[in-house]
Amino acid sequence: MLAQHLPVLVAVVPLVAAPLIVVARSGFLGWVTALLVAAATTAMSAALLAQATASGTISYAIGSWPPPWGIEYRVDAANALVALLVSAVALVVVPYARRSVSAEVGQDRQYLFYALLMLCLAGLLGMALTGDAFNLFVFLEISSLSTYVLIALGRHRRALLAAYQYLVLGTTGATFYVIGVGLLYLATGTLNFADMAVRLADVRDARPLAAGLAFITAGIGLKLALFPLHAWLPNAYACAPSAVSAFVAATATKVSIYVLMRVYFSVFGVDAVFRDLPTGAILAVLSVAAMFAASAAAIVQPDLKRLLAFSSVGQVGYITLGISLGSAPGLAAAMAHVVNHGITKGALFLLAGAMALRLGGTGMDRVAGLARTMPVTAFAFVVGGLSLIGVPGTAGFASKWALVSAAIEAGRWWIAGAVLLSSLLAVAYVWRFVECAYFREPPAGAPDRDEAPADMTGPALALTAAVVAAGLFASPVLEASTRAAAALMGFAR
Amino acid sequence: MKSDIILRVVAKILIPFALMFALYVQFHGDFGPGGGFQAGVIVAAAVVFYGVIFGLAAARRAVPEPLVESMVAAGVLVYAGVGVAGLLLGGNYLDYFVLDHDPVHGQHRGIFWVEVGVAITVSGVMLKIFYLFAGRGRGFEEDDGP
Repeated sequence: MLAQHLPVLVAVVPLVAAPLIVVARSGFLGWVTALLVAAATTAMSAALLAQATASGTISYAIGSWPPPWGIEYRVDAANALVALLVSAVALVVVPYARRSVSAEVGQDRQYLFYALLMLCLAGLLGMALTGDAFNLFVFLEISSLSTYVLIALGRHRRALLAAYQYLVLGTTGATFYVIGVGLLYLATGTLNFADMAVRLADVRDARPLAAGLAFITAGIGLKLALFPLHAWLPNAYACAPSAVSAFVAATATKVSIYVLMRVYFSVFGVDAVFRDLPTGAILAVLSVAAMFAASAAAIVQPDLKRLLAFSSVGQVGYITLGISLGSAPGLAAAMAHVVNHGITKGALFLLAGAMALRLGGTGMDRVAGLARTMPVTAFAFVVGGLSLIGVPGTAGFASKWALVSAAIEAGRWWIAGAVLLSSLLAVAYVWRFVECAYFREPPAGAPDRDEAPADMTGPALALTAAVVAAGLFASPVLEASTRAAAALMGFAR
Repeated sequence: MKSDIILRVVAKILIPFALMFALYVQFHGDFGPGGGFQAGVIVAAAVVFYGVIFGLAAARRAVPEPLVESMVAAGVLVYAGVGVAGLLLGGNYLDYFVLDHDPVHGQHRGIFWVEVGVAITVSGVMLKIFYLFAGRGRGFEEDDGP
């Protein structure tokens, strides 16, 4: 009985857990609940992915109202993969959060932290699994609103400003998305993605559709921090509590990227987006600009978390570059980078949080001599940095390789060249950390050896190990991404 | 405004009627304009009115802060609980058809409880916002942290 309800339970379990945590009013109970929920959603997402891979699309009718009239949850190899990424990252972040949150969030607010984390998880999973354009908007708002508050819980007053900035831009993005959906609804008379894909073929007047596509691209572009719509991201990631930075950096932009893929490849189709409109060219130019400008900005950041945040904007550029190719291999490479960059950036932010706990911050001057005081953390951070560069043997290499091959296959050599050149900038910003941590003396009075406690280092190292594993054994992720790309492109009923 | 006898008497007369009107809006929402959101706002407005006339402390005594916070969560639980009830009775999530032997009654029962949940959460959120704004600068405000 349970198995058939999995598509909706993945989102409902964290959604129910959040108010339960509020009623219990206990930080510890909240943490235990969050841990159980993260484990449950991970297991359920994995089961869904296995089921979708084995037997194709799973459709679930909320309230037993058949689609396209009711809200449909539609799980295939693409969104089950995204759901698994989101819940697996949550499963790593929640054990880590216990100590990190105790250090950074006031005692009386910790239960609210876990309730908000569960709401955010529910929102992201709902966005991934729903097959309904408006339901997606609702979950987008659930995840966004909870993220704003989570960021505002950061230690410094600056966090409030960062959260407010993100609130203004994020709300603008969500509004643009819903305007775009409104235009599509006017043209097709349906909100169900699969039904919309079929009916779009009969729409004669292409102008509202192009406007709708433009609105959705701009709106979701804001949420996924597409250059130059990324202004909210560096402050938000840098000021949020460590556990939030890790969770949001690894999942939130990734789910938005999935939404863009769904709209482009499943609803509109490759021809409408990339042949009839210049979307591909625009996206490619913005992506390359992100790869260079954001990576260059990362080099000069005075704070490690801000450096990682700018690096995220650059890495999102690689993903949107894969989308801009408008081909199945390009889409598969983008999906692979969603997963690989998600775990890489998650691991790096967790490690940065461990440093923040011991050093009181992540400014570049504070991490000086880190290799002596926190050797394990410093080494793991370098491994994560190598994955950002795309060194063979790390996750980043596998997906960048797939991206370069897809670009060459599409005959766009300049894109392949841009990927390689921009990786040099990643070398530069990772080197800044290496230089500070390995070639500078620790500040006077620093303790000899002072790693963060095991319940923080453990999850961070586990995720770093996953980065290496995904680099050495790249085929599971690449195959899952190829299947995801096929599912995204062959969507209509 | 505690000392103004006219305001106090009028408030004491009006507040029960406001609450009664909220119940009417809640239960008549199935047939006419109204529903959980509007009813929740009216309930909250009655408490806000009480707070304006008799003071914030009196309002907090009548409707304590922990209760308000629990209401915010409880309404969501009622709503989600209707969905889970559908699951347990053998339907899909939020399936109202299975909530009664007669599917039409089932739909009625489902939306009734959903609206109850909405009313509880909306009045809770309204009051929480009121308490937060009204309490600013009076020592009621929560610690903002370092």
